[in-house]
This record gives sequence, C-alpha cells and structure tokens, in this order.
Amino acid sequence: MNDPQYGWWLPPDVSVHGADIDFMINAIHWFMLALFIFWGGFIVYCLIRFRARPGHVAIYRDIEAKWNRWLEIGVAVAETVVLVVFAMPVWAKIKDDLPLAPEQDAMVVRVVAEQFKWLFHYPGRDGTFGKTGPEFYADDNPAGLDFDDEAGWDDITVRGFHFPVDRPVIARLTAKDVIHSFKIPVMRITQDVVPGMEITIWFQAKETGRFQVGCAQLCGLGHYEMKANLVIESKEDFQKWLDEEHEALGLDE
Amino acid sequence: MSEIVIPYRTEPHPLTGVTSGKLGIWLFLASEVMLFGALFSSYVLLRVGAAEGTWPTGVEAGLNVPIGTFNTLVLITSSITMVMSWASLKMGNPGAFKRYMGATIALGMLFLVVKGFEYSGKFHHGIFPATGWPGASDPSTFYGFYFTITGLHALHVFLGILVNIWLLVWGLALYKTEPERFAGRIEISGLYWHFVDLVWIFLFPLLYLL
Amino acid sequence: MSESHAKLGFLRSYVFSTDHKVIGIQYGITALLFLFFGLCLMMMMRWQLAYPGEAIPIIGGLLGETLVDDGAMLPSFYNSLGAMHGTIMVFMGIVPLAVGAFGNYIVPLQIGAPDMAFPRLNMASYQAFVIGGLVMLSSFFLPGGAASSGWTSYAPLSVTATTGQTFWLIGMIFLIASSLLGAINFIVTIIHLRAEGLTFFRLPFFIWSQLVTAFLLLLAFPPLQVAAIFQLMDRLADTSFFMPTGLVSGGDPVAAVGGGSPLLWQHLFWFLAHPEVYVLILPGMGIVAEVIANNSRKPLWGYRPMVYSLLFLGFMSFCVWAHHMYMTGMGTTMSTFFQITTMIISIPSVIILTCLVISLWGASIRFPVPMLFALAFLPMFGIGGLTGLPLGLAAPDAHFHDTYYVIGHFHYVVAPGTIFAMFAGIYHWYPKVTGRQMNVPLGKLHFWLSFVFMNGIFMPMMFEGMAGVSRRLFDPTVYEIGAAVHGLTTMSSWSAWLLALSQIPFIINFFMSMRKKERAEENPWQATTLEWATSTPPPHGNFVEPPVVYSGPYEYSVPGASSDFSPQFIKQES
Repeated sequence: MNDPQYGWWLPPDVSVHGADIDFMINAIHWFMLALFIFWGGFIVYCLIRFRARPGHVAIYRDIEAKWNRWLEIGVAVAETVVLVVFAMPVWAKIKDDLPLAPEQDAMVVRVVAEQFKWLFHYPGRDGTFGKTGPEFYADDNPAGLDFDDEAGWDDITVRGFHFPVDRPVIARLTAKDVIHSFKIPVMRITQDVVPGMEITIWFQAKETGRFQVGCAQLCGLGHYEMKANLVIESKEDFQKWLDEEHEALGLDE
Repeated sequence: MSEIVIPYRTEPHPLTGVTSGKLGIWLFLASEVMLFGALFSSYVLLRVGAAEGTWPTGVEAGLNVPIGTFNTLVLITSSITMVMSWASLKMGNPGAFKRYMGATIALGMLFLVVKGFEYSGKFHHGIFPATGWPGASDPSTFYGFYFTITGLHALHVFLGILVNIWLLVWGLALYKTEPERFAGRIEISGLYWHFVDLVWIFLFPLLYLL
Repeated sequence: MSESHAKLGFLRSYVFSTDHKVIGIQYGITALLFLFFGLCLMMMMRWQLAYPGEAIPIIGGLLGETLVDDGAMLPSFYNSLGAMHGTIMVFMGIVPLAVGAFGNYIVPLQIGAPDMAFPRLNMASYQAFVIGGLVMLSSFFLPGGAASSGWTSYAPLSVTATTGQTFWLIGMIFLIASSLLGAINFIVTIIHLRAEGLTFFRLPFFIWSQLVTAFLLLLAFPPLQVAAIFQLMDRLADTSFFMPTGLVSGGDPVAAVGGGSPLLWQHLFWFLAHPEVYVLILPGMGIVAEVIANNSRKPLWGYRPMVYSLLFLGFMSFCVWAHHMYMTGMGTTMSTFFQITTMIISIPSVIILTCLVISLWGASIRFPVPMLFALAFLPMFGIGGLTGLPLGLAAPDAHFHDTYYVIGHFHYVVAPGTIFAMFAGIYHWYPKVTGRQMNVPLGKLHFWLSFVFMNGIFMPMMFEGMAGVSRRLFDPTVYEIGAAVHGLTTMSSWSAWLLALSQIPFIINFFMSMRKKERAEENPWQATTLEWATSTPPPHGNFVEPPVVYSGPYEYSVPGASSDFSPQFIKQES
C-alpha cells in the first residue's frame, strides 16, 4: 500500500462511483474556465477599445447584439444538459441503487459518531447486530449494546475503519449527540450524520490503501481532530483483521 | 421635530389606492403571515413525522375545547367591535368610537385572562413547555409547541391591546385637529387586530380540535 | 419641501434624528466599524491556521486564559471567532451598509422624495440594529465566550452550547426586527414617494435592487425569527423543537423531552439564509450598475431584461434553500427539485452580469476610482457565481460540501464582490455627502492592493477545497490532506494581513478628504440621476422644489444633445 499523493487538485479516487463525480467536476470546471476567459476577454477588449479619449463618443443605441441572446440560451442549455444527462443520473445511482446485502455480498457496518470520535460497529461472525439503545451508552460500551441480546456478544466495535476492496459496503450512520458528517475524500463520500436519524449509504472501493475519515460538520471543540484511520485492504487481509478482532473479544475462553 | 411634509399620509396614492400607513401595515402583515406560517409549518412537519401514538390530539393533551371555543368567540366579537369603532369615527361619532374601542380592549383583555387560566391550569397539573405528553410511549414536543405558539399569539394580542389603549386615551387628541388621519390610524390598528384574530381562528382548530 | 425649523439640539440632530441622511450616515459608520471588527477576528483566526499552536504575536499576551494557552489560540476561541466573524460580517456589516447606509441615504434622493415614508420608524430600525449589535458584541465577555456553533447555529450543537449562543439568538431577534421595519419603509417609500414623472421603468437600477432586497428581507426573515424563538425555548425552557429523543452530551443524557428534529432548524434557517445571500449581493449590483452607466457614458444595455431578471431572481430565491442541505440524507426527489431550481436561479444572475458586461460595448469608458472597483466586481462576482455551479449539483457537492471550496465560493461573491461594490459606492457618492472628492492616488493604491490580496486570500481556498480540506477546522494539518496543502493556507493568511494593511490608505483618505478646503462641483461625475439635482449636502427635506422627471435614468451621449449627459430632471429640447 503506497502513501497517497495529495496535492492541489482532486485527491486520488479509490471508489467505484468516483469516476463519474470526477468527470463532472472536471467538465464543469472546463466550462467555467471557458466562460471566464470569454467574459474576461470581452471585458478587457471593451476597456481598451472603448476607453474614453478625445474625439471618441459613446454609442447611444447598440445594434441589437444577437449573439448575446445565443450566449444566454447556450448557458441555459449547457446547464440543463449537465443537470439532466449527468448530475441527476449520477446522484440517483449513488443514492438509490442500494446493494441488497445477501444478494450482492455487501458488508454491513454501523458507524456511530460522537464528540469527538468515530465508532465502527461490525456484526461479528453471526452476521447480526446486537440491539443497541442510548440507555446503554457507557465508557466501556460506546456502541450502546444491550448485552442481554446474545446477537451482540460477538459484535466488533473499533475506532479504526477497515473494509475490503471490490465489495459493496453498506454503512448505517447515526450520531449520539450533535450533527457530524462522515467524509472520506478519496471515496468521494460526504454524508451528514444526524442524531435521531439512521442514514444508510453504500460505497465500494476499487483500490487498497491507508487513508483518513474526517468529520465535515462543526461538532464542537474537538471537531478538528475527529478523524479515524481508514484501511482498505484485500479480502484476505480484511478477514485476517476480523479474526484478530474476534480473538480479542475473548469469547472462546 | 421634522416639519417636512411627506405625501400620502392622509390621501391615498393613485397607484395603490391606499395611504402610506395602510400599505405599510399590509406589508407588515405579509411578514407576519410568514412568521405564523413558519410556526404552523414546523408544527405540521414534526407532527406528521411523529410515530403512531406519540402525538396527542388537543383533547388527549388536556386542552379544553369549550374554553377554547369561548375564547374564539371573544376574539371574533372584538374584531366586530373594532370595525364598529372605526365606522363610528367615519360617521363623526367619537362617543360611539370610545365605547366600541373600549369594548375591543376589554374583550382582548378577557381573551388574555382566559388564556392565563388555561396556562395556570396546565402548570398546576405539572405540565410545562418541556413536558412530554404523559400518555405516550415516546415523548412528543406537543406542549412545547402549544405554549410557544399560543404564547407568541398572546404576545401579539397584548401588543395590540397596548396600541389600542394608546389610541383611545392619548391618540384621540389627533381627532380634534385631523379626524381623517386619526381614522386612518384606527383603520390600521384594526387591520392588525383582524389579523391577530384570523391567526387564532387557524390556531384553535390546529391545536384544540385536530 | 423644506421649511425652516427650530434649531434642534445636538442630540436631536445627530443622535436621535429622523432625517434619512443622518440615519444613513449613522448606519454607514456603525457598519464600517463592525466590518473592521469582523476583519480583525478573521486575522486572528488566520494566524492559528497558518501557524497552528504558535503564540499569537502581541495580542496573544493580552488575551485571557479562557481564550489562549500561553498565547496560542484555544479551539473554543477559534470556534467563537469563526461563528462571530460570519455573523458580524453578514448581519452587522454588509446588510446595514448596503441597505441601511446606501439605501437610506440614496433612495429618497434618487426618487426625488423629501425623506423616507416613515422617518420615525427609520430611526427605530437603526436603534434596534445598534441594540442587536451591542448584544452580539457583549457576548465576547461572557464566561463561556461568544457563540461558537458557526453563523449557521445548527442544532443540537447550538442548543447545548454556552451562554454566548443565547446572546446570539437575542441579538438576532433585534437585528431581524431592525431589518423588517426597514424593509417596510423602503417598499412604501419606493412605491409611494417617487417624483412626478418617475415611472417604474425610469427608475435607476439601484432603486430596483433596493426594492427587491426589501421584499426579500420582509418575507424571508420571519422564519428565522421563529427558529430563533424555538432555539431559545430549547435552550432556556428545555423544550425539544430541535432535539431528537435519546441524545447524550458528554456521555450524559440530555435533559430534553425529545421528539424534535435537528433538520427543522436547518430548514427554517436556510429558508431565510438563502434569500439573505441575495440581500447581500443585490444592492451591490445596483451600485455597480450606476457607476458603470455613469462612467461608460451610455445607457445600460438591457435595462428591462435586468429588471425582469431581478424580479425573477427575488422570487426564485425562496425556492432553492435546501441546496445547502444536500448531504443531510434527503431523498432523490427532493434533491432533484432543488437542483433544478438552483440551476434555474443561476440564469437571471447570468443575465444581469452579462448585461453589465455588454454595457461596456460601444462605450466611452472613464476610469475614476469608483469605476475601478465596479469593473473589478464583474470578474470577481463571475468567479463567485461560476463556482456555485459544482456546489449546486448534488453529486459534485458530495466532494465539495463543507470544504474550503464553499468558503472560497461565497467569499468571492461577498468580498471582492459586494465589498468592492460598497467601495465603489463610497468613492462615487462621497462628493454628494461631504462636498469633497476623495484623493485619487490613494484611491488607486487602495484598489490595486485590495484586488491583488483579495485574490491572494480566496483563490488558494478553491484549491484547498478541491483537495478535500474541510472548513471550520481549528488545525487543518491534523489531516494528511490539510498538511499537504498547508502552503496554500499560509498564503491565504499573509494575503489577509496584507489586505488589512491595504485598507489604511482608504481610512486615511476617507477622513482626511472630508476636511479638504477645495469643494467638489455639484455634479462632479456629470450624472443623470436625481440625487445630483440638489445641493451638497442636501438640505432637510432634500429638494427646494420637488423635482420632475422627464426621461430615463441613463440618458448619456444622446445624439444631438448639447452635452454628453441629459439629466432625468431637466427637460430636454427635442
């Protein structure tokens, strides 16, 4: 796993849907640059050609500049194209095509945000999350697991996020205290995490690496250091990690 | 003080057909529509989003429909007396104006007194804005809304009463020198009062009946 | 019609005045002071950003231990500075300057009115503004510090925050009341008090921009008033308008009944705050239009389309608010609706900007200092507007949401956008208010330095945002992405400090020019609009005889006329 190269433009994209987003971002910026150069050039041209000087008189009534109408119509058409052909379909794909967990072999994880750390809650070998509730929150039980529910005994709750490459991940996000925001720039994901709501997103990585998860919504004093390590690894390495975490629970003793 | 004459204080403007003061109060009422509209919309949003059985009806929450109905009639009557007070002025009868305006003020105060009884009844039963509805499995913020919305409305009623008292006691001096202008002020206060009444006519069913 | 009035005392003439000109100046001075204060807050933040953890020079030793640790800024202070910088600049700086100062002083003059429709209400608006501003400023002295939940005050963070947030809410209630009263005054004044012959389509574009702005203030502020009341109830009476069930804070359950919705706050807030951003830009566009028309010596191109675009923009501004909320988990239907309205609203903005640009074609362009600022507005607002495109679409917004890209976008619009328009207005109308011209070399120095450093601050931010650096971070280098682009952060900080220094020539110019012996001419810009039809400064009541209007607002270089400008208020021999 190489250290990612971060620079002044878009960070590396390791996600499956990121290519569509990056294409839109780059295309829109070329469009913006073209408009800016056109407008800016026109302004500079006017400032020079039509500057006040002896003998030069302004034209009271212009010849109707038809090309201006075309420009405006062109801008409106371009925006409509961007919206209808690219933006809405891409957004719908990201939001609506939720992979169905058993059919598409998605990995489900709960992500719990609190001031000022992330918690990643895996269902463990039984594949079922234990019941949770705010009444069970404690320093040694940050996920709020109800230990009367057997399904929760093998759940893995950690502060670092691991998930396997080339496999859909379904994340169920919730917050304990204030609004946070789950942001992974290299995956082109941002999702606000709102207390009182459980918001589900999905994503899939196409490359491995070590990255960072950050909080993108002001959540208080420690907002700036609310990061988590992110490890995207091969299926084998991920399974090895799960096994190590399972051992650490000490269930089989 | 300013001795500049600003036009359209007493004569209507040809474009709008009203005086500046009247246009001003209509604009103010437009902003009040947005204010109470936001209150109502927030109520609807939270109520619709609440889980089954967690949001009480007015009766379930302990609101007294007969008292609410009585208060509604009080306000409607006060709107009628308000119009009568303005009409009395237009007909050159300041005596009748004083009686009707006095009635409007009295009815407004009666509304507030009744509201006061309703509130103290709630407090007596341990119900405050922060109280969840006792009959629910999950708490709801019904009482928060009830106290805030009716409280804001009552504040508007109170301010209207203050303005009317000022008009009746001190403002009446203007009637001797500029009767048209004074009648205009009563009309403007009347528009505000009708609006406050209208808000209650929506509030009452929303909170008490639904 | 002015009549001689009894000599009023100092208080009645200058402190408790109902004369729109005095009130305009009061608003202007107060707003400029607040703007400068907001700039100072930002300069402190920029130190922490450029040199995280290092003691602030000079000031660090003076601040108390709740704010700094051995001179180095604490996160609590940083968050307060951020929240208050935004709040002060928007609500206590730009709106009072653009609407309260320029609007109050110029609107009655430009429509030929003796004063505003409700002079005493006008005074009350100013007083409410001052009270609100003082409440906001006093919050800095509270034990828990000023508000620190962003200018957006999202719940539940704001509900559980320190007392400074309560002061923020109370201050907002006064500031909102001030704007509401002012808006009523502007609308009635513009509709009712226009001079004879001044039909709507003969109005200067500045008046149209103030009219639409007033409607936005009138109708958009009340929902925020409601939201502020709800949040006060949540904070003080433990209600749960915005507090969902089961919240914890610092590990302990929050004492609220629950059942509320944090998103309700966002909807109510953004329902105001989106129209608010148009309030921030429209008066500036109006000023730029006046200055460009005057200094290009020809009528504005596309005056009617500009007016219709303005009206349409005002209407649409109520329909786009949730584009600030794309990441809150909304469904695709709702997000589609708001993406469409957001794309639609960009069209009238483009039309207005394009018409201003085309107005330069076939012109005879002069370059006094106000024109420099007005011309710079065009590309700067252009960049601001263009960078709104990727933000207005939900898919790219997934990358840019709450990053420095957003900060760069809106600052391009308000800083080298609106504030440059404000400078243009100050340099342009200074001779009207004071009877003197500002010094030109100092003005040009002010312009060029400001232009360079504005770009120096905000262009790096676009790249930081592109790289994925989040906003509101006390120390962005905590993240690898932030550390990688730290050079950009430092560049922004130095540009900010140099920008502040660049205002010195302006401040000197502003005060020294007032005392110049040499008076300016009555109409030094050879302008056509009504404010130049009266003496300088205008008397109480503005016009000795009520003016009559005979033509449109921009009759420059009319073929066959004796001079290159034909004022609206002078009948031209045809």
